[in-house]
Amino acid sequence: MENRSLVTIAEHSKEKILYLLEMAREFEKKPNRRLLAEKVVATLFFEPSTRTRLSFETAANRLGARVIGFTDPKVTSSSKGETLKDTIMMVSNYADIIVMRHYLEGAARYASEIAPVPIVNAGDGANQHPSQTMLDLYSIYKTQGTLENLNIYLVGDLKYGRTVHSLLMAMRHFNPTFHFIAPDELKMPEEYKLYCKEHHIRYEEHTDFNENTIADADILYMTRVQRERFTDLMEYERVKDVYILHNKMLAKTRPNLRILHPLPRVNEIAYDVDDNPKAYYFQQAQNGLYARQAILCDVLGITLDEVKADTAR
Amino acid sequence: MAALENGTVIDHIPSEKLFTVVSLLDLQHETNNITIGNNFESKKLGKKGIVKIADRFFSEEEISRLAVVAPNIRLNIIRNYEVVEKKQVVLPDELKGIVKCNNPKCITNNEPMLTWFHVIDKEKGLLKCHYCEKEQQIDNIKLL
Repeated sequence: MENRSLVTIAEHSKEKILYLLEMAREFEKKPNRRLLAEKVVATLFFEPSTRTRLSFETAANRLGARVIGFTDPKVTSSSKGETLKDTIMMVSNYADIIVMRHYLEGAARYASEIAPVPIVNAGDGANQHPSQTMLDLYSIYKTQGTLENLNIYLVGDLKYGRTVHSLLMAMRHFNPTFHFIAPDELKMPEEYKLYCKEHHIRYEEHTDFNENTIADADILYMTRVQRERFTDLMEYERVKDVYILHNKMLAKTRPNLRILHPLPRVNEIAYDVDDNPKAYYFQQAQNGLYARQAILCDVLGITLDEVKADTAR
Repeated sequence: MAALENGTVIDHIPSEKLFTVVSLLDLQHETNNITIGNNFESKKLGKKGIVKIADRFFSEEEISRLAVVAPNIRLNIIRNYEVVEKKQVVLPDELKGIVKCNNPKCITNNEPMLTWFHVIDKEKGLLKCHYCEKEQQIDNIKLL
């Protein structure tokens, strides 16, 4: 059987990405369906991630599937020393698809090679988190009407931020211009700048973050600058308030600008931004539901045509 | 060194890598005649080591293990006192179960399984872990 697992977004072509976005749009029109009525979805969370888990479980429930799984590995046999392989093989006996979050990098790839059922990677350590990327792409597509030729500003922790790296790679098909705004300690790693050069993606780097630097942005993607990422705490104290977005900084921005954030936020977006119509991070999280419905269906072999043809209640 | 009737001569081993090559091929457990020489003069390497093993021929898998340690090693296959084949060791496109991933958070360091690397640049010796996707230099990497 063809392995339909979703491990990384990098494996998807431009056509496949657009196909999944169109499927997500169908689910936004009508989220409650019975397409997975006979299916059992397992959600295995070897590290806690409430937001991602709730989103996947809601997606499964709204498609009529039943959900099994665990939310905390302390209560499972992996705490007794069971290997990942044994856990995956055991759960494969029960479920039609496994959604897996793991603290180790490469865990999802390995699981997809050994499991008789498809695996959906819901985050493997600092490596990949493709459903987050799909919902980011869907949010951009929905708010801008296209993914082509956009100015995308990535702000905050660009060194460790897994979501910004995946987004950058997925956007390679769509001729973007990136602006990387980060303190020196957290700037975009060389390997991703090299990736941009290899794929002819334009980018500029900034350390300033103010109303002038972001005036031409179509998308402002904020991330959290975390204290524990700094080796030099003096440096952290110096920059921690620099990468905070305030409502007054949005005065000169484009009317189509939308502000994204993978959440949870701490203080990097001031609360006075929430009421600005350009703030989009809560809707973005909601888009995660539709993106994940599309992912579950696609991985289980349900096509866009079948989704469009599905009018049953 | 005595001439070989049948077997393999491993030549152009950098002197400091000689004993790594010996243990990599598990020669300490061979019962065949083996001649090991070191610190011979070499135009290319300065000093080199040579190993001659009677009645032993190596598989492609063993040869790719050698490539990880020293990419310029040469193998001469001897039959009836004649060199019948010369093999230059080359880094293969993939390394399975040969080297260890440097990333402690990689699944391969935490689960009983084979490691798997894609060689993405043979000249620069750049590898990418198939699982955690971290790129690493072959010089910094440990054999399993």
